[in-house]
Amino acid sequence: MEFFRFERDIPFMRWGKFSLILSLVISILSVYFIASKGLNFGVDFTGGTVMEVSYDKAVDLAQIRQVLAEQGITDATVQNFGTSREVLIRLPVKHEFSGGDLSEVVINALKQNDTTVKMQRVEFVGPQVGQELLENGALALLFVSLGIVAYLAVRFEWKFGVAGITANLHDVLVILGCFAFFQWEFSLTVLAAVLAVLGYSVNESVVIFDRIRENFRKLRKADLTRVIDNAITMTMSRTVITHGSTQIVVISMLLLGGEVLYYFALALTIGILFGIYSSLMVASPILILLGVKREDLIKQERKQQEEAVP
Amino acid sequence: MNRYPLWKYLIIAASLVFGLLYTLPNFFGESPAIQVSPLRAGTTLDTDLLKRVEQLLGKHHIAFNGSLLEPGGIKIRFADTDTQMKARDFLEAEIGKDFIIALNLLPNSPQWMSRLGALPMYLGLDLRGGVHFMLQVDMVGALSKSLDRYSADIRNSLRELRIPSAGVEREGSSLLIKFRDAIAREKAMVELAKNFTDLELREVDHASGLGLLAIIKPEAHTRMQRFALQQNITTLRNRVNELGVAEPIIQQVGADRVIVQLPGVQDTAKAKDILGRTATLEIRMVDDESNLEAAVMSGQPPAGTELFTERGGDPLLVKKQVLLTGDRITDAQPGFDQDNQPAVHVTLDNNGARIFKDLTRNNVGKRMAILLVEKNQNEVVTAPVIREEIGGGRVQISGRMSSLEARDVALLLRAGALAAPMEIIEERTVGPSLGAENITRGFNSTLYGFIAVALFIMIYYRAFGVISVTALSVNLLLLIGLLSILQATLTLPGMAAIALTVGMAIDANVLINERIRDEIRNGAPPQAAIYAGYDRAIGTILDSNITTLIAGIALFSFGSGPVKGFAVVLCLGILTSVFSSVMVSRGMVNLFYGNRKLDKVPIGSIWKPIRKQR
Repeated sequence: MEFFRFERDIPFMRWGKFSLILSLVISILSVYFIASKGLNFGVDFTGGTVMEVSYDKAVDLAQIRQVLAEQGITDATVQNFGTSREVLIRLPVKHEFSGGDLSEVVINALKQNDTTVKMQRVEFVGPQVGQELLENGALALLFVSLGIVAYLAVRFEWKFGVAGITANLHDVLVILGCFAFFQWEFSLTVLAAVLAVLGYSVNESVVIFDRIRENFRKLRKADLTRVIDNAITMTMSRTVITHGSTQIVVISMLLLGGEVLYYFALALTIGILFGIYSSLMVASPILILLGVKREDLIKQERKQQEEAVP
Repeated sequence: MNRYPLWKYLIIAASLVFGLLYTLPNFFGESPAIQVSPLRAGTTLDTDLLKRVEQLLGKHHIAFNGSLLEPGGIKIRFADTDTQMKARDFLEAEIGKDFIIALNLLPNSPQWMSRLGALPMYLGLDLRGGVHFMLQVDMVGALSKSLDRYSADIRNSLRELRIPSAGVEREGSSLLIKFRDAIAREKAMVELAKNFTDLELREVDHASGLGLLAIIKPEAHTRMQRFALQQNITTLRNRVNELGVAEPIIQQVGADRVIVQLPGVQDTAKAKDILGRTATLEIRMVDDESNLEAAVMSGQPPAGTELFTERGGDPLLVKKQVLLTGDRITDAQPGFDQDNQPAVHVTLDNNGARIFKDLTRNNVGKRMAILLVEKNQNEVVTAPVIREEIGGGRVQISGRMSSLEARDVALLLRAGALAAPMEIIEERTVGPSLGAENITRGFNSTLYGFIAVALFIMIYYRAFGVISVTALSVNLLLLIGLLSILQATLTLPGMAAIALTVGMAIDANVLINERIRDEIRNGAPPQAAIYAGYDRAIGTILDSNITTLIAGIALFSFGSGPVKGFAVVLCLGILTSVFSSVMVSRGMVNLFYGNRKLDKVPIGSIWKPIRKQR
């Protein structure tokens, strides 16, 4: 069985300019959404309280809001998730309640209203902790980016590092843009997914870059565009199968993982799909733009004799 | 060409045995158990105690499935949670005075496995249910508290030295000691500098006369902060012990934070209450000279006094000045007084004993009030008349309390007060049913993801697909084995990382298989195609995994809580997947196909372009 039967190389780079412009537009749109709508930061980053409670039978949300209002809590978000018996309550940081007291007040009020209520999960994060988590997240993003550029620069050449990281940051931007546009909750686990995508989708670029290097050796007469087109075409099958496999697992998480893993899996899905696109249609055109030359890699070849193919 | 030396096969076999051995305990499940551990250091854990516990259970006809003595305590296994609860209640009533009786779960894996260190993975709070708190110590509060103590001590020593002063006042973060004349100030300066080495004294002139400004020295300040944190951790530990939690985690994070994790605790309100409790003792004098009736009638006590009602008794006026506080207590035990009434026997430290001796000597015939301060609510437990000077630092508090109350008071006094106020700045509570649900979710995601990937790969790559899938299973086996042996905490994001590892680890095998197909397409003979396929794929596999590893390490170093759990599994998963996809799958290929002539590589049908590329 074989999915891909290409008689000749697909001229990917012919569309390179078009795809770069498209990516630029997508990136600008993403930045626009992030700037205008902002990310819907979860309680991990903003501070506040999230409570998950369950009832024996379906429950009226208006009634819960009423109970909360009686306690002087009017700015709570109350919504169902999963089934109509399960309710998610979000509360912003309140200064009149110290520490974890707020959740106790809420659960006691709910118990008086309906004794079948059960507390499933509480997350309280103080505002100072939220700020730290956000800073650490940004630091991690920076560290990963620099680490990847450095690694690619050593292993290939700086132009590859730049092309690789541009493509990957483009993926991150798209994920963030989607989360801003749909106002999906951006939590600590989503941040983990974003960073995992950064590490994961650079794989794709690495595989193609490896082929490009090999083709520089093998196809001595070919020009840069052909070298790249051939590299992408040759790795096409692997690209689709690998990402397909990962996506199968991510879909399984999306369907079975529950609400904690839902947005995590969603971020990974966007990351994987755009990861394929950006490795093919962003990283490689940037390589051409940066004017990568056979000598850039062959020079390194001499230093790394053990890499020579028999 | 495609042959492995024996030692490579041995490494693969050894890793398989290792993976199996350490993965297995996870499948035996856990059974409810009770853990009995001493409440105080010094109580010995020995076989006598084990026998006693067994006898107690036998006496109440409670069946148990085994018991063992471990350094941490005695563990008794039960068939179900009902029996466990019953046993807990009986043991609590019988020996609860000296021992912590905690509910626990014990792995069901055979003894010989546990002895080899093969234990199930340590489940995080989001999987087993429980509470996680992060508390921040209020260092400003700690400073304020110690300034109060200094001010009382300075007042006392000035009185002892008979140096006349016009009072000690708080002024921001320093103390102002007022004097009427310069001689007194000079004398005080010399004497105080001798007695209070942690204070820096400076002469100042304030609005109404002469003064000495006392500031806590910076080095004393940092020492005090460290001490406050240590003291708070000790206090928290004592209190958590009272809650009866089997494996609590209490640890310092950063300079002023403490993490408390209580697995399996369901009553979070009680946990918060006990953690935040500040029970301490105050000894003050009763004011019998002022007009009590007038104060009761008007509700306005005279200046410098407070109105209290003695437990189960009459109202009384108590002076505001605190003579002795609970932080001088070294021990508190429940017991009985001479009249066989429940009482608490309190032992004071040297300093406290001296203060108490002085105060009883100077106030013979007067009444003192013993106040229990709990959550900023003061209650006069008893207000006895001082009959004689009491030395030796042993105080007995008795006054209309039940023996249960005496026990509670003793526990709280012993557990101590917090050196500085603490605030909960992060809480994560997961109910036990949600925890179990999370395990199912994580497990199912991994299982169905794995099955789908395995089916696809086997159909696509045929025999080589089966080998890839076997390598993937080995990868999973090694990863879980590694997580079990490291006893790393497995969280829901960690389970997501296991699932993700399945999806990502197959990449290496896809790379290899595609390369082999390429080689065949280019006309290489079967054995050479396999060899070249593996050989060329390795560089790419390493490159792509190292970049993911960089991301994993960054996540681990900057992440916290759930993200860290994800990162640990991700990093370990990368290591095991490189090993299993490169070494294990190669080993299998070599074993099955290496020693014979191959007409064709069993890697599925390969389509060849009609026209050659070049």
